[in-house]
Amino acid sequence: MMTDFAIRTEELTRTYRRKTRRRWFRKPKTADAPAEFTALDRVSLDVRPGELFGLLGPNGAGKTTLIKILTTLLAPSSGKAWVDGLDVETRARELRPRINMVSGGESSGYGILTVRENLWLFARIYGVPNDLVRKRTDRMLEVVGLTDKADSRVSHLSTGQRQKMNFCRGFITDPKILFLDEPTLGLDVTAARNIRRFIREWMKEDDRRTILLTTHYMAEADELCDRLAIVDRGKVLACGTPANLKRQVQEYPIFELSLSPGANGVADLSTLSGVHHATRTETPTTVELKVSLHEEPAIGGVVQKVVSGGGKILTLKKVEPTLEDVFIELVGHRIDDEEGGNA
Amino acid sequence: MRNALTLFFQAALARAYPRAVWMVRNRTWLFQETLLPVLSVAAFAYSYQAMGAPAEYVGMVILGGAMTTFWLNVLWSMGAHLYWERDSGNLGLYVMSPAPMMSILAGMALGGMTTTTIRAAAIVAAGLFVFHVPFDPTSWWLLVAIFVITLAALYGLGMMFASLFLLWGREAWHTVNLLQEPVYLLAGTNFPLRNVFPKVVAGTALLIPLAAGMDAMRQVLFRAEGVLSVETEIGLLAGLAVVFLTGAKWCLDLLERKSLHDGKLTVRWE
Repeated sequence: MMTDFAIRTEELTRTYRRKTRRRWFRKPKTADAPAEFTALDRVSLDVRPGELFGLLGPNGAGKTTLIKILTTLLAPSSGKAWVDGLDVETRARELRPRINMVSGGESSGYGILTVRENLWLFARIYGVPNDLVRKRTDRMLEVVGLTDKADSRVSHLSTGQRQKMNFCRGFITDPKILFLDEPTLGLDVTAARNIRRFIREWMKEDDRRTILLTTHYMAEADELCDRLAIVDRGKVLACGTPANLKRQVQEYPIFELSLSPGANGVADLSTLSGVHHATRTETPTTVELKVSLHEEPAIGGVVQKVVSGGGKILTLKKVEPTLEDVFIELVGHRIDDEEGGNA
Repeated sequence: MRNALTLFFQAALARAYPRAVWMVRNRTWLFQETLLPVLSVAAFAYSYQAMGAPAEYVGMVILGGAMTTFWLNVLWSMGAHLYWERDSGNLGLYVMSPAPMMSILAGMALGGMTTTTIRAAAIVAAGLFVFHVPFDPTSWWLLVAIFVITLAALYGLGMMFASLFLLWGREAWHTVNLLQEPVYLLAGTNFPLRNVFPKVVAGTALLIPLAAGMDAMRQVLFRAEGVLSVETEIGLLAGLAVVFLTGAKWCLDLLERKSLHDGKLTVRWE
């Protein structure tokens, strides 16, 4: 049953306990801190093979904790998790050759080695043959724009360049399931765009590949993810395709019409059949109408009414809610309103 | 099985690589790693020469100086290294990979041995050319065998320390710091163990691989009398190597189990 899913978690919970050490002459350091902190709270998720699944949430939401459990680096306090059909706790050794992980802020690697040598080292511990390492290294360095730095020592790289190298490290072992933890964090716009483009291409190359991506960039989640879960304070608040999630927060479809000035005959749209609410705003150059409808087909009647009232339609567009609207609706604040530790 | 062995050796060689490369790329290594240790050994050698001690005594100092470099490497470059790997973000990547952690430790040991052998060779060369120490072993093969088996026991201990350091953090660090000077004394770095300590103390000291290895090598090199016979000390060193390597594997398993629950493999603050 478990092999139907690339990743599956059931009631996964992780609690961190703070140890209070007895100190003879000083007050315990953690006296004022809570003794327990729940980073993940009964999280149940299913990710299908071939899916690019996103975890969207602010810092401290539990995204990194979930990834650490799924990559066999942390044991859950309770609940179960399977990756590629294998229990992450009891069959970690079988699972490890099939996965890899890239963390956005990581500083791993050896400064004394060059970029190419670092990638070679981390590919060899996966048993990747030398000729494949060379081929994949060349390709990945080109993707992230680091070809000219291939033979530079890592200690001479900037933080962003080092991050790009670590991004390459994750792909060089060609994992079946890849965990990307904030992969574009702190990268410049062009680099982040290239990386997003590559992620899409990499997924298209082989439909058995699966990615679990955590991010707190709304646009990135919207652009990349087939499905995503919104998490906050260790809980999954909603899960679905970006389009479905947006639909959940938009009760009525909304259209915006921009008319040429002087369309006085279209003032009373709210009385029209199928229209839930309508507003009209006049600017020096246009008349802006915003109508929310009980059902989408009612837009036909609205257009007819506007035209018959003498209005000349300059633009007509459907207003889509953004993932940010979804997040605010579910969590109650914007994603960057809350600073916290990266759990 | 064959695949597992291949991966083990691939990973060990890969992990040894940064240490070997460091030797080539760090331009000050020649000064730090060869000249400075020779200076500290020279101080003892001149003292013995000034006292008119037999040439073997200077030879013992040279041997002690050379072998101490391995001990320091074991303590600080093996023991402390997993701790450092965790802080730099590499440990999580190693644990998450299919390579066994023992292969990573073996790679660290291999790399450490390579660099330290050069340092030790510089000290021995100083002994030969500056102090004219008579190196005339009863058997070169025996000498090499003792050296290799001493390194196996020493680095087995270092591999065990690596896990313990990570498990106990700074407490283990302080303990080893406290042990460093007593180990120099008990191992008889600059003097023959048999002539200084009562037999019980000297015999107990042989449980330190550095002490057993040096005592056996002194017997082979300078025909000095040892605490036990060379054959017995070789057997003891072989036993210690097995115990420490098994202990290292056990400690690694314990570390992984415990750290998975405590979240210590990747968390940088403790």
